[in-house]
Amino acid sequence: MFYREAGDFKTSYEADSQTFPIKFDRYRFWAMLAVAYLVIPFIINDYWANAILVPFLIYTIAAIGLNILTGYCGQVSLGTGGFMAVGAYAMYKLMTSFPDVSVVIHVILAGGITAVVGAAFGLPSLRIKGFYLAVATLAAQFFLVWLFNKVAWFYNYSASGQINAPERFVGGIAVTGPNTDAWAKYMICLVFVTVCAIIARNLTRGTMGRKWMAIRDMDIAAEIIGVNPLQAKLTAFAVSSFFIGISGALFFSVYLGAVEVGEAFGIQKSFLVLFMVIIGGLGSIFGSFAGAGFLVLLPVALKVIGVDLLGWPTDIVAHLQLVIIGALIMFFLIKEPHGLAQFWRIAKEKLRLWPFPY
Amino acid sequence: MKDSYITPDGRTIGGVLMDMRGITLRFGGVEAIKNISFDIREGEIRAIIGPNGAGKSSMLNVISGFYHPQDGEVWFRGAKRPTMRPYDVARQGIARTFQNIALFEGMSVLDNIMCGRLTHMKTGIFSQAIWHGAAQREEVENREAVERIIDFLEIQAIRKTPVGRLPYGLKKRVELARALAAEPKLLLLDEPMAGMNVEEKEDMSRFILDVNDEFGTTIALIEHDMGVVMDLSDRVVVMDYGRKIGDGTPDEVRGNQEVIDAYLGVAHD
Repeated sequence: MFYREAGDFKTSYEADSQTFPIKFDRYRFWAMLAVAYLVIPFIINDYWANAILVPFLIYTIAAIGLNILTGYCGQVSLGTGGFMAVGAYAMYKLMTSFPDVSVVIHVILAGGITAVVGAAFGLPSLRIKGFYLAVATLAAQFFLVWLFNKVAWFYNYSASGQINAPERFVGGIAVTGPNTDAWAKYMICLVFVTVCAIIARNLTRGTMGRKWMAIRDMDIAAEIIGVNPLQAKLTAFAVSSFFIGISGALFFSVYLGAVEVGEAFGIQKSFLVLFMVIIGGLGSIFGSFAGAGFLVLLPVALKVIGVDLLGWPTDIVAHLQLVIIGALIMFFLIKEPHGLAQFWRIAKEKLRLWPFPY
Repeated sequence: MKDSYITPDGRTIGGVLMDMRGITLRFGGVEAIKNISFDIREGEIRAIIGPNGAGKSSMLNVISGFYHPQDGEVWFRGAKRPTMRPYDVARQGIARTFQNIALFEGMSVLDNIMCGRLTHMKTGIFSQAIWHGAAQREEVENREAVERIIDFLEIQAIRKTPVGRLPYGLKKRVELARALAAEPKLLLLDEPMAGMNVEEKEDMSRFILDVNDEFGTTIALIEHDMGVVMDLSDRVVVMDYGRKIGDGTPDEVRGNQEVIDAYLGVAHD
């Protein structure tokens, strides 16, 4: 009954361009934020943090990044895993080279380094489009993984070829390393997700987002109204890679702690994030959350239902998971290319009229 | 030709705004435009007509920077224009619409028209990421300009509608709105009335005249509807097979024997 636009008059253009135009949405958003910051850190345990919440938050950042590139700017990328690896290795080098600098700054710098690398790999996007660009970014993926395996400098010449996150503190509390509390991992990821989502939203609702969407929808018309296609595409690559780099840095330092590049940031990772964006919804920040949440929860839910409740063998459940994800991808591509976010949008449109739809 | 004059209906036509000098455009062996010269004066409505394949759209594409002629010079506002990409042309103050609508289907009407203001928006990526402050101020200023255009073209009701859902006639109007939002010096319209019924054509004609009258925008348009062309335009260029065969006021063009032969058809015995 309270999901109404009626009576909620906008008297300024500022109010009209806000993120949640409906009052109920705003309340709900603040309530969710309050729960995320004030309730969950006190009740979180290791299982919830490691199995669900931390990967969900980290993948959300990656999905936001890829969504900016693919959903908003229309440039398909299969290099997400590689760019996450850039973020992770930049993080590792920064952490070991400058142990006195705050780890938060390291994460941001790792994002910045990834942005530069991403923009460099985005250069061909001016000439090639669609499938061919996807193949070019696929090449980036394989090249970057190869590079981090091949050049020992990146993993500080360690014998195993792995990188290990040393213990680092923010405000006296360990956020990386083996002795990190669940809530500390959760909080640092949550802060980064919040900031990244706000930045992404601000960019996409304003001039930058319109340039990207113009390029996505019709690049010729975009050029005629004054969008420099190279500049727009490169900023999309840079911003997207910035977020993906941050997620890679957190994935390595906070979540896994130790990383072998081919295993953690292989091509599967690129596809996983791409699936998140497709299932969640191309061109929607909320969709990035929905897609990441869905694909993080799905294996966990399947395991709980299949193995723990029904007593099926683990391998069958694991295969079932692949089948379900594959079927879902096809379903979404055919039925609803805008993904879960579109279901949400339709539900909201219906809610506005409910319970008297006339 | 430098002097300004006043038309019978009381509008002032200024000096030469755009001057095309000896434009030749080839695609491989095909000469789409053969050594054509004409000018567009400030404040006038200039029509380019001709049968299909005459090179009209190519000419518009030369003006807006999509095609680069092999020969000839483009002079704009008294200076020779170097070879330019379309986005630089847009920044010079030239906006256009397309023959087959080129709107951004995934965006709302408002966002589409706001896109037209991109050449006026200067804030950098970092202040946009913060949003509050410079970026928001700029957004609101430009929104006000866009709302004036929306009022002017009477499309208030569809402001938030995704463009993909609109009927054809309204899409054409939104495209005009997007071009107008840039506050262009020169507005190029490629068949603004193609596929419209009589009422829609009347509406569109009224809008074109109003744009010219209220904003003083110079307009160059391609159109096939002779009634519209003769009524709206101050001067007409006639093209056929890439050549210019006539240039002058509608009445002069109408009386030109070559134009009648080539364009309106030779009388059969």
